[in-house]
Amino acid sequence: MRRIKEFIIEVLIFICGIASIFFVLLIFLFLLKEGFSLFKFIPFGNFLFGKNWYPISEPAQLGILPLICGSLLVTLGAALISIPIGVACAVYITEIAPAKVKDVLKGGIELLAAIPSVVLGFIGMVTLAPWVKKLFGLPTGLSALSGSIMLAFMAMPTIVSIAEDALYSVPKSYKEGALALGATHWQTIWRVMLPAASSGIVAAVMLGIGRVIGETMAVMMITGNSAVIPHSLLQPVRTLTATIAAEMGEAVVGSEHYFALFAIGIVLFVISFVINVTADLFLHRRK
Amino acid sequence: MKRDPLRTQRIAFFLLLLATLLVVVPVGLIVVIIVQKGFPAISWQFLSDMPRQGMRAGGIFPAIIGTLYLVSGAIIFALPIGLLAAIYLSEYARDNLLTRAIKLAIVNLAGVPSVVYGLFGLALFVVFLKFGASILAGSLTLGIMILPLIITTSREALESVPQSFREVSLSLGASKWQTIRHIVLPNAIPGILTGTILGLGRAAGETAPILFTVAAFYLPQLPRSIFDQAMALPYHLYVISTQVPNVEEKITYGTALVLLTIVLFMNLVAIIIRYRFRKMKKW
Repeated sequence: MRRIKEFIIEVLIFICGIASIFFVLLIFLFLLKEGFSLFKFIPFGNFLFGKNWYPISEPAQLGILPLICGSLLVTLGAALISIPIGVACAVYITEIAPAKVKDVLKGGIELLAAIPSVVLGFIGMVTLAPWVKKLFGLPTGLSALSGSIMLAFMAMPTIVSIAEDALYSVPKSYKEGALALGATHWQTIWRVMLPAASSGIVAAVMLGIGRVIGETMAVMMITGNSAVIPHSLLQPVRTLTATIAAEMGEAVVGSEHYFALFAIGIVLFVISFVINVTADLFLHRRK
Repeated sequence: MKRDPLRTQRIAFFLLLLATLLVVVPVGLIVVIIVQKGFPAISWQFLSDMPRQGMRAGGIFPAIIGTLYLVSGAIIFALPIGLLAAIYLSEYARDNLLTRAIKLAIVNLAGVPSVVYGLFGLALFVVFLKFGASILAGSLTLGIMILPLIITTSREALESVPQSFREVSLSLGASKWQTIRHIVLPNAIPGILTGTILGLGRAAGETAPILFTVAAFYLPQLPRSIFDQAMALPYHLYVISTQVPNVEEKITYGTALVLLTIVLFMNLVAIIIRYRFRKMKKW
């Protein structure tokens, strides 16, 4: 009796164990199922490289190039800000900060990770956007630049904590060796610690960028939502994620527009898949 | 000219400090601003009343209740599956291709953009399984989203139980499951609890996954069953800060403060449990 009971439990454990694989496949399958119906209406090339996104005009024009450009621009801006600052912050926390300050700083970063993105979006809208508007004399502060700053901020917890782990796991002997040879603390960090931790830091940066590309609410509230190909950071843009979030409410189930939003979902899923798998490879190479 | 390495070091350390302050100071400012501007709005009426006049007055009671329902539903779904998956990974899994695939799937599940979870929930639960936009559909979507978090934290908790505990139990004739049930699990409970509470906090704050699976724009009544639509705090904050014109600043800040308080409170509880557990540890 007991053995039967335990057998059932162990089967259950195994099923739940592989549930993650099942869910990833399920997500992909349902995105494909809905998204692929789009290509009965328009060819794949027109979808990916079409320059116009007018989903409710007649006939609907469903080219996502402006959205891809919007996502890329905002992501690039966010990466330029968050990578140097994030890695510097990780170095400061692991190497320089005294133990007590370190706890406070780590607490601050954890706090940032916990703040819901809609709250950050709201605060960005009422504080950051007016500030950007005034500083650059723009008609509206809701622009790619505001979005980049906000997203850079939101990528920090990911970048800092993973880079911190990477720096922390550099063998003590490396550091001691460099210091014993007469290098200053900074020379040790710059020439020894950072190169030794490089693959972990690359993973940190990639996962941070993954977070940025997938971020939805804050970006929708702060980038101004205009689906045209942007020419500068000071223009309003619309990202892939924001388009889905903003338009799915109005799209009729089973319409071309509905299918197109799912097709954007496929693009996002594939991007995040590639980023996560590559980052995982970098993290494992370290060990 | 030769550079003085100590001077370079001073400059470099100053820049590092500056970067750190650039990250941490705004976090403090954000919290201070929300507390300062939101606090005047908080009253018993604000917390317990229905929204009135197109959400420009009244309270946020249905949004708070909706969020509580969603979060409970998500955890009821995700905790058993996540815990069993963690047990599989820490106690049963061998170092083979399947285990590698599971770990990769977890990493990917954690990386899928939240709005894609929303799409998935819409396609599977709302349309395909015909649940409609409902608490059930929203809870399941949020549940799958927090699954990787629960698996990872529970697994760490299980793996931190020393191997010798298991060996002693097995050597006394206990079966593998008895060992897990009576020795490993009880010792891992604080860690599992920490992960669960963090998952609750995450689910409470997410907006994108509930956009098309459950969230009601304006619904001044409480949901009666899990097949009803509901309001939810994060979506409510989005709506009154972007979709409804002329909402008093006090009300939006007040809503943001309530949401932030719920999420941060859960994180604080998780941190306290983790901290006390570390001090109590027997090994």
